[in-house]
Amino acid sequence: MSDVALSPARVALVGNPNSGKTALFNALTGSRQKVANYAGVTVERKEGTVTAASGRTIHVLDLPGTYSLRARSPDEAVTRDAVLGQLAGETPPDAIVCVADATNLRLVLRLILELKQVGRPLVLALNMFDIAQRQGLRIDLEGLARDIGAPIVTTVATRKRGIEELVAQIDATTLEAAATVAREWRAPDAGEIRDAHREAQRLMKAHVRPPERPDTLTGKVDGVLLHPVWGLAILLAILLLMFQAVFTWATPLMDLIDAGMTGLGGLVALAIPEGLVRSLIVDGIIAGVGSVLVFLPQILILFLFIIMLEDSGYMARAAFLMDKIMGGAGLHGRAFIPLLSSFACAIPGVMSTRVIDSKRDRLTTILVAPLMTCSARIPVYTLIIGAVIPAKVVGGVFSLQGLVMFGLYAAGILSALGVSFVIRRFLWRGMSEPFMMELPTYKKPDPTNVARSLLQRGQIFMSRAGRIILPLMVLVWFLSTFPYPPAGATGPAIDYSFAGTIGHFIQPLLAPIGFNWQMSVALVPGMAAREVAVAALGTVYAVGDAETNTGGLSARLAEQWSLASGLSFLAWYVFAPQCVATLGVVKRETNSWLWPTVMFVYMITLAYIAALIVYQLTVALGGG
Amino acid sequence: MNNLSIDRVEIAESIPEVGITLRLSDASVGDRGVIIDVRADDDGKDHGVDIEELQRRLLEFGFVEGARVEVIHEGAIGHDPIAVRLDDMRVALRRRDAGDVIILLDRP
Repeated sequence: MSDVALSPARVALVGNPNSGKTALFNALTGSRQKVANYAGVTVERKEGTVTAASGRTIHVLDLPGTYSLRARSPDEAVTRDAVLGQLAGETPPDAIVCVADATNLRLVLRLILELKQVGRPLVLALNMFDIAQRQGLRIDLEGLARDIGAPIVTTVATRKRGIEELVAQIDATTLEAAATVAREWRAPDAGEIRDAHREAQRLMKAHVRPPERPDTLTGKVDGVLLHPVWGLAILLAILLLMFQAVFTWATPLMDLIDAGMTGLGGLVALAIPEGLVRSLIVDGIIAGVGSVLVFLPQILILFLFIIMLEDSGYMARAAFLMDKIMGGAGLHGRAFIPLLSSFACAIPGVMSTRVIDSKRDRLTTILVAPLMTCSARIPVYTLIIGAVIPAKVVGGVFSLQGLVMFGLYAAGILSALGVSFVIRRFLWRGMSEPFMMELPTYKKPDPTNVARSLLQRGQIFMSRAGRIILPLMVLVWFLSTFPYPPAGATGPAIDYSFAGTIGHFIQPLLAPIGFNWQMSVALVPGMAAREVAVAALGTVYAVGDAETNTGGLSARLAEQWSLASGLSFLAWYVFAPQCVATLGVVKRETNSWLWPTVMFVYMITLAYIAALIVYQLTVALGGG
Repeated sequence: MNNLSIDRVEIAESIPEVGITLRLSDASVGDRGVIIDVRADDDGKDHGVDIEELQRRLLEFGFVEGARVEVIHEGAIGHDPIAVRLDDMRVALRRRDAGDVIILLDRP
């Protein structure tokens, strides 16, 4: 073997969406993979390595799925640029591995023809070959390989079949054709797309015999799942189950994490003498890490549902069912998933807007995502509702407190739809981009692949959110701790700190919406994350540990707050951008300070107006 | 899968009175036929992209002359969007974007 054999090879995986590309990537690289971002763009970069039988290392890059090199979304642009070798900071691949669903070849054949034009060595992996065989689909592999001018390997990624052969083929192909330069490529016009289809059709006719036992299951299942009435009812049931899971299954785990972090804080407090360092570690860092960690169970459960729905093929159906409803508000059918995620936390919601092709559609979705009632609002809502809303039963069955809670959720959803409608009507007039989407065949999600995706998304959430939230928690700790109260001070310590000063300073502004100075002060640490406001209220009302003693705090608030002030505080929290982490993630995702600024300004304006209306109206009605 | 489509188009073009043609945007569930034209006609509607780009996207998804098409599902509100079986795959799209796909219905 020469030196060439020892120098590592680079290949890129390209394929249509739903071709099992990620499963093949997992089968190839196992756990030796790394998820990061491409330089300058917020597209996930997944790379792994595999060692060929010859001992050579092969770097495998998993590129976003696409139907064509004529890219439309940022994801697809990455695929095009990587294939052409024009992606900044990336070494051009030595060969392209095109992954195809063997049962659905027509569109991928056209993609292969496009890839051939680029001129890089190509290997075709015919994935899901077991399903093709079961259906009695006959493919003349030799003939097809000869006609497309690329070797073909059949694979079953989920069962790790054909993987060794594929690696050997990649090894051989990259050795034969070392150092190729991509040819000039330009986007095909309508005539050329037609020609390519004709050629793909000819290849199909010549080398593929239609299945003897075609898949009829998908058609039957769709008859129910896409039914105008039953389909929506089932979607609703799935959503209810998902919510149930996110909010009840996660509770024991969240309590455990919470108790663990509190316990850790206690231990550290024992080990380190009273003073600044202890306060920084316990109240700043440990509390900060805890505030991120505590949401992890909810986010993992949410991601588990989303991954299973995606892998099974149902997600496209959900987008189909929701498109008209979302479209009425100027949103894309695919915006459904990010908005759904935002019920747990706006951060994964904003991160998952990457599936939306059009930039405007994506920005609109990002801007309204924080209006969905995230789980960090729940502690605030629970506390205030418990304090100011009487525990009455109305209409015989409904608890008044429950109805208010429901009203707050509804207010979030309706305002999100309303804001997006306004954005599409006035900011970016015109329709959203065409909604065109393949409805893939239903498949049973593969447990290994689901677990791997879940782990990766969890890691991404922790590193992104952690990197933003942690420093902010330390900042908020600083603001709430310094300067110290003067000797002989009688009020709570926070009152003398920077946070207290800011709170007192903005209080006159907040007087028209019925906020007293304690509420104003609590808003400052509450910027870190919404639920922190609960702890902050506990501090200003000097109730001690407010999180474990909400009963005491609730009783205190019930004495001190009027109904109008309480409702106004709730209305404020429906809209207020009380979460710097979300703003930070929006900055990351849009690569600009403009959009987080726009978001902050419009949300705080809405919050003020809503709280003003609610307060003045309640006072006028005698609730002051 | 069906490979008789190409021949069909030729027949339809030579003696167009043999069948009913309609826009995919006007088709109902159960309508099936073959695509005989994918145009780039400006229908005055806003598609979010220009009409040539819409045509290229339709073509790319396989809405191409000769392809078999059948409307299999439609949404609850305003019968929109629609899901069609397009050769051997299933594709969802909005009616407003489907106006330039002309189909020749199969004779019953």
